[in-house]
Amino acid sequence: MSSLMDILLFRAGHNTAVVLVGCVVLGVSAAVVGAFAVLRKRALMADALGHATLPGIALGFMISAAFNGTGRETAALLLGATATGVVGVLAVQGILATRRLREDAAIGAVLSVFFGVGAVLLSRIQALPGADAGGLTHLILGQTASMRSGDAWLIAGAGAFAVAVVALLYKELRLVAFDQEFARVQGWPVAGLDLAVMTLVTVVTVVGLQAVGLILVVALLIIPPAAARFWTDRLGVMLVVAGVIGGASGAGGAAVSAVSRNLPIGALIVLFAGAIFLAGLLAAPRRGIVASVVRTARLRLLVASHHRLRELLGGPSDPLGAHERLADLALRRRGLAASTPAGLVLTEAGRRRALELEHAERWWIDRFGTTPGSGPPPSADAVEHILSPGLIDRLDGRSRGGDRP
Amino acid sequence: MPPLHPPRAATPDVTALPEHSPDSPLSVHDVTVAYRHKPVLWDVDFDAPPGAMIAIVGPNGAGKSTLLKAALGLVPLASGGVAFWGKPFAKVRRRVAYVPQRESVDWEFPVSVLDVAAMGRYGRLGWFRRVGRADRDAAMACLERVGMDGYAGRQIAELSGGQQQRVFIARALAQEADLYLMDEPLAGVDAATERTIIGVLGGLRSAGKTIVAVHHDLQTVPEYFDHALLINTRVIAAGPVAGVFTKPNLHATYGGRLTLMDEAAQELARTMEGLR
Repeated sequence: MSSLMDILLFRAGHNTAVVLVGCVVLGVSAAVVGAFAVLRKRALMADALGHATLPGIALGFMISAAFNGTGRETAALLLGATATGVVGVLAVQGILATRRLREDAAIGAVLSVFFGVGAVLLSRIQALPGADAGGLTHLILGQTASMRSGDAWLIAGAGAFAVAVVALLYKELRLVAFDQEFARVQGWPVAGLDLAVMTLVTVVTVVGLQAVGLILVVALLIIPPAAARFWTDRLGVMLVVAGVIGGASGAGGAAVSAVSRNLPIGALIVLFAGAIFLAGLLAAPRRGIVASVVRTARLRLLVASHHRLRELLGGPSDPLGAHERLADLALRRRGLAASTPAGLVLTEAGRRRALELEHAERWWIDRFGTTPGSGPPPSADAVEHILSPGLIDRLDGRSRGGDRP
Repeated sequence: MPPLHPPRAATPDVTALPEHSPDSPLSVHDVTVAYRHKPVLWDVDFDAPPGAMIAIVGPNGAGKSTLLKAALGLVPLASGGVAFWGKPFAKVRRRVAYVPQRESVDWEFPVSVLDVAAMGRYGRLGWFRRVGRADRDAAMACLERVGMDGYAGRQIAELSGGQQQRVFIARALAQEADLYLMDEPLAGVDAATERTIIGVLGGLRSAGKTIVAVHHDLQTVPEYFDHALLINTRVIAAGPVAGVFTKPNLHATYGGRLTLMDEAAQELARTMEGLR
């Protein structure tokens, strides 16, 4: 058996290499296309589409079986998948057009009904004499062991096409995703551009069926762009990061699946993507949970230390609550306060800092009756350095104008 | 006085004007708009005079925003027509800039302030062409006019409400249009932003542009605008602010009591509902 490294460096034989290329291209293209579906708030439509491919797969099988006996013609299966997938999306849009149901309910209804129809058809197929329906269940959860170089080429071609269309229409798709009313007023065909995105979603979903299966393919469209959003505020960067995350997940899933023959590749790819998403959710520099918890804690500590400084100016006193105890600790470590038998007292540096703070607050209150924003007031000195002279004049002018409460 | 004009045009009566005057940047003719079975605008007839600042005023649900959207083809007309300089909108799109309500977009969207302002250039760029240096410079100049040039690189989520509004106005400026349709450009902005925006709009008017803005603050209408259109589903009054802003007109626009017509319409609707 080959090692992970061998697989990722294409040294594990032709079939493994084919699967690896297919999964990476699928991951990249699904991420790039999915980014626009997510930004246009159409991501769950892709889920309806994925589930609605099942009856088409079964029908494709039955029709091709009627003609040549085995029924496992990839083209027939994928054409059938596309057909009912599109019908499923149209059904959702038809229900929405009647304005009787909300989008989530419409998607849920269509998704489950189509999947149910597909499941019934599949069980009929398995009862057919002589039909080799074993491969069909792979299309539900994904199984690339059967992926041949033809399939990989199909994925590569479709993926390259999808990425090329997005690159070509980048400006237009971004405009429609951000502000569709403005786009319509400017004369852009919003419905046509939405259709273009849904077409690309369909293409990626259908070619992705063999790799990750129809239940999990939506994850490849949604998770990488959602994960990429944690790391950047720029759409261009987000598309690149999403593509990298999608491609890396595809490679990781393909490699682990090749090492451990019986783990389903679709699930592995999605787990890789999910792990990357989780890492971003926790650890991304500005949008991550850890960063935001740290920011909040810092601000609280700052507020508590300022409060304690001013309080200690009036003499020793006891801290109230955890934040103030932490603040006392911080003040001692910074040399602004010291422990004495009488309790905590300010050092000379601490007294100076506390007086500065009082002065700053008085500066603001005297002028405007309040301090700006939340938290401790910026010192008058800082104000003069940070604010433009024009703004200071305007602030002063306002205070002279008798605007004070 | 000898009759120089055909008698129809000689009467100074609004209803007698030719249907779509080529002089008026925006003529709305007998427009009715209905959402489901409820009419939102009823027989609205209005010609915007060129080079003026016009306020659309009326209570909540009066159809102010809907009038702008109907004019721009964003909501379907049940009847009537709209012309811009006497032409259909599709022929003059580039000359018309729209500033939607701030709340109509997701401000978490991953774009920068400059990206949004540059969207005003997309119409003249056309399909597939990328935003180039000239467009970025033009967008930057527009941000400067609204005092947002210092924020060009910021992600839009970091902006305050007033700043978001100024970015939307910069986007409209970047279009270099002749008519500006604005949906509550002063809603929820701070006093300084209001002054900036009014200054920019005044500059546009001096340059001969026309501004039609939905406005919610009755007190500032006479100060900021030349003309006003008072609507409450129907047009209550239209014309120069001094003539239109009368107590009876404002009472008719905002007055709590339903007119007999409305009562009749509601009665009718209830009956129809019962028959379904």
